[in-house]
Amino acid sequence: MISARNLTKKFGDVAAVDGISFEVRAGESFGLLGPNGAGKSTTMRMIGGVSRRSSGELAIMGLDPDRYGPEVRAHLGVVPQQDNLDEELRVRDNLIVYGRYFGLPHSYLRPKADELLEFAQLTDKAKSKIDALSGGMKRRLTIARSLINEPRMLLLDEPTTGLDPQARHILWDRLFRLKESGVTLILTTHYMDEAEQLCDRLIVVDKGRIMAEGSPAALIREHSTREVLELRFGSERNASVAAELAGIGERQETLPDRVLIYADDGEAALEQVSARGLRPLTTLVRRSSLEDVFLRLTGRSLID
Amino acid sequence: MTRTWQPADAAAAGRQRAGLRPPLDPLQSAARARRFGSLYYLEHWLRAMRGYGWTVALTAVGTPLVYLFGLGVGLAALVDANTSAAASLGSGRPVPYLVFVAPALLATAAIMVATDENTYPVMSGFKWRRTYYGPNASPLSSHQLVNGHCLGVLCRLLLTTGLYFLFLLPAGAVLEASGWMMILTSALGGLAFGLPVMAYAARIEEDKGQFALVQRFIVMPLFLFSGTYFPLEAMPLVVRWIGWISPLWHSTELGRVLSYGQAEPAWLTAVHLGYLALLAVAGWLAARRIYARRLGK
Ligand SMILES: Nc1ncnc2c1ncn2[C@@H]1O[C@H](COP(=O)(O)OP(=O)(O)O)[C@@H](O)[C@H]1O
Ligand SMILES: [Mg+2]
Repeated sequence: MISARNLTKKFGDVAAVDGISFEVRAGESFGLLGPNGAGKSTTMRMIGGVSRRSSGELAIMGLDPDRYGPEVRAHLGVVPQQDNLDEELRVRDNLIVYGRYFGLPHSYLRPKADELLEFAQLTDKAKSKIDALSGGMKRRLTIARSLINEPRMLLLDEPTTGLDPQARHILWDRLFRLKESGVTLILTTHYMDEAEQLCDRLIVVDKGRIMAEGSPAALIREHSTREVLELRFGSERNASVAAELAGIGERQETLPDRVLIYADDGEAALEQVSARGLRPLTTLVRRSSLEDVFLRLTGRSLID
Repeated sequence: MTRTWQPADAAAAGRQRAGLRPPLDPLQSAARARRFGSLYYLEHWLRAMRGYGWTVALTAVGTPLVYLFGLGVGLAALVDANTSAAASLGSGRPVPYLVFVAPALLATAAIMVATDENTYPVMSGFKWRRTYYGPNASPLSSHQLVNGHCLGVLCRLLLTTGLYFLFLLPAGAVLEASGWMMILTSALGGLAFGLPVMAYAARIEEDKGQFALVQRFIVMPLFLFSGTYFPLEAMPLVVRWIGWISPLWHSTELGRVLSYGQAEPAWLTAVHLGYLALLAVAGWLAARRIYARRLGK
């Protein structure tokens, strides 16, 4: 459905997206995972047919968005990073007006708007002003709006950033339903748990480049160990203790607030630490996550 | 990492998404958007205007009432009593002050409305509410946003000048049958000022009070130096050029020709019309370029 080759976007001399290549297949959930400024939104705007690429090749449904902008955009549903609902219109009118941009008749849009409000759990807010909605509700309304043309492909730029955990879970549930019904999802996030839950396959991006590509499980298998032992010795001591831990686990990572030991068996590693007479303030054994993959690939945390 | 949610009921989920199918496929949608996109955006624009419909109505009705009453009973009586009226019909017959000033009031009202619609709302579309970015991600193009907005402004201008004209009639402020055409020329005058302002507003990245400056150093001087309350010829030559470049002066003079047959060579009337059209088209073209650049980043 999407094919990008050496896709590049420059703002002046700065390459926000620096030659990335990927393919997205129909029905797939594809993620772009990376920290702020990685170039995720810029990539999404190029895929969405609003931002012209500086170089490279890009085809959406086989169409070049630079030449066939309206045709490309007619295929898509778009949820931008920042909500841009029209505050001068009521909740339901926001959906109807948006549907008109696709040339759709009112006879279709009126019942469709009601159906989507139900899907977004906003039926009782149909006549509300946008101001009266919470952040999570606005996000759900934006998703409902993006579905007004029943797109086969949905672009979601940081769908849950800034939402509280409960609102995020409601939203994930809605997105999962869309995925179940066969809609192709392309989403960006800097939350590893979101990427792990929603994406079949993802690319890890940093500074406009692809660092790795694969399913969440494969990325973890490839770039990390099965488990991670987290040790906290207090912020002054973490660095000095690290030397005494040499040889435990496959690999170690010293962060300002903790030491990470990568090992397939975290408990065994913890026993080795105790055997050396070290007494961390707190210990935690957990499964490896995409955060660890990112740390491994870039030497930095995802969220700073 | 455990999943904190599960698709509660996959069958229900499937049913929920087996919803209404649109009557057009994406390529048909795109074809319609290419053809009618400007009108779709106009439709949105007019719907949004209903949200502040009271302001629109009050401005459209209140402005003529206040000005006509104020001028009619006050200034006009005073001027008519004290001057051998500055303006005159071709024959030299003096024109009542209200008749002289009415085209200027109409032209002024149009420019005020055009300024309102093309300053903060435009900037807000890019910046605060970001309302342009929604339609920009739909099949519409940025050019169509501009066109739809311009058409919307034109609708509001015609509403304003049309209503104003209806108030002028019973006040006896229009002498000639051709006076009704002021509804159109004043609206054109509004566009001649409003569309360049639209282009300017679309360029502003940071609100540093630019619009207040526009009000103070462009709009206000235009009102003072455009032959609105007295003929431009009454001004010293050194400041008359302000009138010549002012869309308000051209719009007002056109109105005077139409409303009471102010004597003027035909070429000058053509210059008024041409100048207003030129400004409007230049503003429109500039806005198209600026919108495309900014929305296509
Ligand atoms: N319109 C723009 N003009 C100039 N620079 C931009 C613009 N948009 C984004 N950038 C720059 O491009 C880089 C990538 O931004 P973005 O795509 O928004 O990243 P992300 O969505 O991953 O946080 C950043 O360094 C950002 O400052
Ligand atoms: Mg972003």
